[in-house]
Amino acid sequence: MPESPIALPGQERFVAAVEETPLADTGSFDDTGSPENQWQEAWKQLRSNWLFWVSAAILSVVTIVVCFPQLFTDIDPTYADLSRSLDGPSKGHIAGFDKQGYDVFARTIYGARASVLVGLFATLVVTLPGVLLGAFAGFYGGITDTLVSRIADIFFAIPLLLGALVGISVINNLWPNRGYWASIFTVVFALAAFGWPQVVRIARGSVLEVKNLEFVNAARAIGKTRRANLWGHVVPNSMSAVIVLATVSLGVYIVAEATLSFLGLGLPPGVVSWGNDLAAAQVQVRSGIRLGVMFWPATALAITSLGFILLGDAISDALDSKSRNRE
Amino acid sequence: MNPTPLLQVTDLQVAFSQEKIEVQAVRGASLTIYPGQTVAIVGESGSGKSTTAHAIIGLLPGTGRVTGGSILFDGQEIANADKKKILAVRGSEIGLVPQDPMSNLNPLIRVGKQIAEALEVNGVATGKEADRRVVELLEEAGLPDAARRAQQYPHEFSGGMRQRALIAMGLAARPKLLIADEPTSALDVTVQKQILDHLDRLTDELGVAVLLITHDLGLAAERADHLVVMYKGQVVESGPALEILQDRLDDYSKRLIASAPSLASQRLLAQNRTHIREAAQEVAEETADEVAAAGSEFGRGKETIIEVKNLTKVFTIPGGAPWDKNEFTAVDDISFKLRRGTTMAIVGESGSGKSTVANMVLDLLKPTSGVVEFDGVDVSTLKGKHQQLAFRRQMQPVFQNPYASLDPQYSIFRSVEEPLRTHAIGSKSEREAKVRELLDKVSLPWSVARRYPSELSGGQRQRVAVARALALEPEAVILDEAVSALDVLVQAQILKLLADLQAELGLSYLFITHDLAVVRQIADEVLVMEKGKMVERGSVDSVFVNPEQEYTRRLLDAIPGGTIELSS
Repeated sequence: MPESPIALPGQERFVAAVEETPLADTGSFDDTGSPENQWQEAWKQLRSNWLFWVSAAILSVVTIVVCFPQLFTDIDPTYADLSRSLDGPSKGHIAGFDKQGYDVFARTIYGARASVLVGLFATLVVTLPGVLLGAFAGFYGGITDTLVSRIADIFFAIPLLLGALVGISVINNLWPNRGYWASIFTVVFALAAFGWPQVVRIARGSVLEVKNLEFVNAARAIGKTRRANLWGHVVPNSMSAVIVLATVSLGVYIVAEATLSFLGLGLPPGVVSWGNDLAAAQVQVRSGIRLGVMFWPATALAITSLGFILLGDAISDALDSKSRNRE
Repeated sequence: MNPTPLLQVTDLQVAFSQEKIEVQAVRGASLTIYPGQTVAIVGESGSGKSTTAHAIIGLLPGTGRVTGGSILFDGQEIANADKKKILAVRGSEIGLVPQDPMSNLNPLIRVGKQIAEALEVNGVATGKEADRRVVELLEEAGLPDAARRAQQYPHEFSGGMRQRALIAMGLAARPKLLIADEPTSALDVTVQKQILDHLDRLTDELGVAVLLITHDLGLAAERADHLVVMYKGQVVESGPALEILQDRLDDYSKRLIASAPSLASQRLLAQNRTHIREAAQEVAEETADEVAAAGSEFGRGKETIIEVKNLTKVFTIPGGAPWDKNEFTAVDDISFKLRRGTTMAIVGESGSGKSTVANMVLDLLKPTSGVVEFDGVDVSTLKGKHQQLAFRRQMQPVFQNPYASLDPQYSIFRSVEEPLRTHAIGSKSEREAKVRELLDKVSLPWSVARRYPSELSGGQRQRVAVARALALEPEAVILDEAVSALDVLVQAQILKLLADLQAELGLSYLFITHDLAVVRQIADEVLVMEKGKMVERGSVDSVFVNPEQEYTRRLLDAIPGGTIELSS
């Protein structure tokens, strides 16, 4: 080390007075406020995001419409008055009538239920087994992983809509004239059959990442069984990505249902749904007369799916900023 | 006659704005550097040392900005200077060697081209001339076979070689000042020493002033003429390096010096360690007798608690084709005995296989061959849940990364209680009392119990990890780099805690580390590993005083600040 006996100007010995320095106890921690775990912190983050409030507003309206459509209109959506076919908006009928003489506004309101239910059930049916399979594949690895992953790959290779189309046509041939719920669940399972591989992939990826973290090893070292570790530590910590995916999927499946119905293979014509109304309004688009017939269900569909996708985005931001702040 | 300062920072204030709130990162820092001098800023993470350096070179990240004070470089004000002025200074007048050699080179561009870029941007040389200059610079930075190396991509370089390339880049335009931001903290100690020695020589020859940013007081004292100690954004002490070390006035610097293992371990009283060991061994023997009397599977081994015989682990790694398998021997024929109530340290640089040994001892990884005996029982012969749990109860780990060793979704209470619950020990209220006692043992207030890991600092989390490891009242604790990720002050606290607990509870420690300086503080015996093989084994005193192997000697020489005399 070089010697420097006489300090140069500006380099003299300087010692700050202890009172002026933040030499607080290094062991202290902020004990104000209530404890916050990861989810509570994410929730706080979420609440500070405009995207969340916009999507929450959209989705609350949608939820009320789905549960209590009669609050918004007292017109029966299945009552057709052919004499008013394609009539424009008038008092009590703000959106006018479609070709069959149905009230367009009433059908848009009542159509929400079928569309949203399909999205909701499809997401549930896809997510639960998807997480289960993905978690097993990622956690146990080896032959379990190979089997699950390869089967998922096979289904992943089939386009969602094409697969669902074929599936529904087969069921339509075997079991025509199903009731309301049977029709809805046909669409749900047709979509789910080709949608689950994505959940498996995401869940498997997250589990692979989490299972090698030190707290999992520490839990093994205290004698926790592998299964207890999987459900107690690994799966709860892998949920972020799955939650985001599920939220976005809700919007995607609602659109997928509408597409199927538009192609004439989704919900049967008897069921009031946005997809069916869009299909019926095709003629108007071609002729260019009374585009309003298509405008209403199309807008409702777009806003609803937008709501879910925005919410997915906001949740993703909230959970991500959590992981960014960790270090 | 006094020379004029090259850099004069006066009362520097830096703030980051975070959602409309200003967070002060540096408050009133002042420092002066003269031409050709080496000045070091020392501080823990979060002390504002890197922020100060980045403010000087105008590279504050994100929302950071200089809110007050002045930075005079060569008589020019460069704090909040306009872009043109900063660009003229950056690179050509002030060079930077960044911290992480792994992420500071573009992996898609040849190393030589990246250095040539630095030359061209600063108008030093272009085209063919630049290429020739690059080779000279790399040679100067101590890279053998520089002409060929310049044509390679960063992934073909080792960490040390990359750091040399970055030094070449920082010195490319012959700046007057070189800022080296933790230039070697990502490297193994032996490489660190080579690089710093070389940097010293080079900057002396070229007459470049160096601003060295480091958390390692020993290293700073060894390399710098003038030290600036920072803590939480403030300069708490500055002055000539020797003066600070030998005549410490400031409370923080005092604590820092006392904590820095490389400096303190010289003076750490050997009797102190002996004392701890004797107390621990006594308690440990009593415990062993009790366990044996209770008729457990364990408690037969008496003197030796863990014995490892010819332990070998071979990993198969994919070769050039899917059907090709290469074998990689991570651990090669390691044997040692851990005596009850003592500490055995396994030391090695990254990739030496020391953590693999820990995982095999913990029975988290099956050895390819060899035997791990715990208390006279071969661990691999344990059968059934009952025996497994009994074994787990006796041996517990504490891992390296305080940010990953606790489940972020578990409250502290739940994390510490988890082992008790898993082993179905006690009623709910008994478990609560036990957690209370454990937190108390590691000097944490009871109020942390309801908090979550993300609300605690690294040192506090590591205390929680220690509390959890002790919940089952084990006889042996495996500490896998348990203090490596912590700042020196916190590291010293944890080491002291571990020593106290050892004396009180008669624990035996297997201490895995890359840091020889720490070993001296806590261990009784040491085993040095290199590339999976055992290099040397013996008592800490004999290995430190008379290392038999060349490799051990090199490791010891590389401890920064190891030779500085401290007044006691």
